Amino acid sequence: MSSKGGAYIVGAYESPDRVIPDRSTAQLTAEVAVAALADAGLTMEDVDGFACTADLDALPLAMSEYLGLRNLRWVDTTMTGGSSPLVQLGHAAAAIVRGQCEVVLITLAQRARSAPGERNRGFNPEGPFEEVYGLNTMGSYALAARRHMYEFGTTSEQLAWVKASASLHAQHNPNAFIQRPITVEEVLDSPMLSDPLHRLDSCVVTDGAGAVVVVSPAVKARLNRVGAKVLGQAETVKGTDLGRVDLTYTGARFTGPRAFEEAGISPSDIDYASIYDSFTITVIETIEDLGFCEKGDGGRFVADGGLLASGRLPVNTDGGGLCNNHPGKGGMMRLIEAVRQVRGETTPAVQVPDCELVLVHGTGGQLGTRMGSSTVILGVEDA
Amino acid sequence: MLEIVEDGLNLPVPPPQIQPEMSVFWEALRVGELLLPHCRRCEFVVWSPRPYCPKCGSFDVDWVSASGDGVVYSFTVNRRGKGFNKKYQEIGPYIVAYVELAEGPRILTNIVDADVDSVEIGVRVRGVVHRAGDDVIVRFRPVEGESAHVDSSGGAP
Repeated sequence: MSSKGGAYIVGAYESPDRVIPDRSTAQLTAEVAVAALADAGLTMEDVDGFACTADLDALPLAMSEYLGLRNLRWVDTTMTGGSSPLVQLGHAAAAIVRGQCEVVLITLAQRARSAPGERNRGFNPEGPFEEVYGLNTMGSYALAARRHMYEFGTTSEQLAWVKASASLHAQHNPNAFIQRPITVEEVLDSPMLSDPLHRLDSCVVTDGAGAVVVVSPAVKARLNRVGAKVLGQAETVKGTDLGRVDLTYTGARFTGPRAFEEAGISPSDIDYASIYDSFTITVIETIEDLGFCEKGDGGRFVADGGLLASGRLPVNTDGGGLCNNHPGKGGMMRLIEAVRQVRGETTPAVQVPDCELVLVHGTGGQLGTRMGSSTVILGVEDA
Repeated sequence: MLEIVEDGLNLPVPPPQIQPEMSVFWEALRVGELLLPHCRRCEFVVWSPRPYCPKCGSFDVDWVSASGDGVVYSFTVNRRGKGFNKKYQEIGPYIVAYVELAEGPRILTNIVDADVDSVEIGVRVRGVVHRAGDDVIVRFRPVEGESAHVDSSGGAP
């Protein structure tokens, strides 16, 4: 039996707002925390474990007080960029199996659109050898895209298919930041910002917040709620390979096999996948690394409609970070759509029939330098 | 030794954050020498520079002088700045690249003195030091001539 199998996500909530000028991340955290607990049939009083991602490094500690969490026996302030909530989910499931806690609240709130200055970069020992060259976020992913094109013949058209596929899903999501279909040609015609990436190869920049509630089997038995069972989780950090960076792969190369092994399944068993999509290239490299296609074939996979709800691997049916919601860090949003899919609660037009096994992969940080990666596999209750 | 250029720079030379154990590196770069940490225990050439070998965990590390020769491993043209470093907020286009040094490391840098549409993976480049007062930065410019382009091998060397 899976060592982390004894934990269930029983509550999930994503704020419907994408532009939030009038509330702080602390207030947003409270909103989504209360709503996710209500979804589970629980209250703040029941929470004995807390994990949090926010703009400010100091906020995780302050947030437990803001929320009124008085019974904490377990906390996690892991920061692996956008993948943080997925890493925290794995840690939470393990803590629940150990009996350290029974009801874990995991939150993310960030206002990348209205308050981008709240990001706190701090000192990074690599800074004097990276940031001084004018590296920016999109340029970092562009370095990876360029090398992937060179080694595997990946094209701009194939990259654009990732955005187009996400937009075909987002048109059904009334909360999505972009709700209209975007064509491949439109992506290619959008301004080139960091060659070979165009403006529309990027995720949307939103304000956003979300939360999930993870509980023990005993707590779940008391709740009249469909749960998503945590079947497997793995995490790593992939960097510049001791100064010999290989830009053609991500940390998913390592976390995918370990998560599949723990869950006792293989990539072909997955009915739906939430794939972190900060940029179009992120998805292509990640699906290769997870084993959904051969290394180098990601471009052809997506251009064949492989990511569509009706395709070989339905991906990001909410519109993903590319069209729906990417508040600076997007792992929570990827997780919540996976929970909706496995509970049969997403938008009917994109609900995957008989969706029993789902995968979530988070990529935090930068494809061009270093990233925190985490793969999570969820299943329908008692699948 | 690398050529030092002080006049007519069209890219900023941001003041580096100099950590105390790294003063040797920066003092050498100010006079045109790119030092690479070299592990005396496992012979690994380290990047980014630090007097510590991340491959074997040794602190028995000395410094070797880089030839300055390299090949473009990957690159992007940032059409507008928005860089993490504030000095790049409003400038562009400029080229950010990984250059594979002859000594092994792939280092992040800029390609300069090149048309932004002419750079390709596999282009041979040579290091140049941009200096503004006490601040220095190592960048690379394409090498002219017949052997200007090589196949760039895949994967980590």
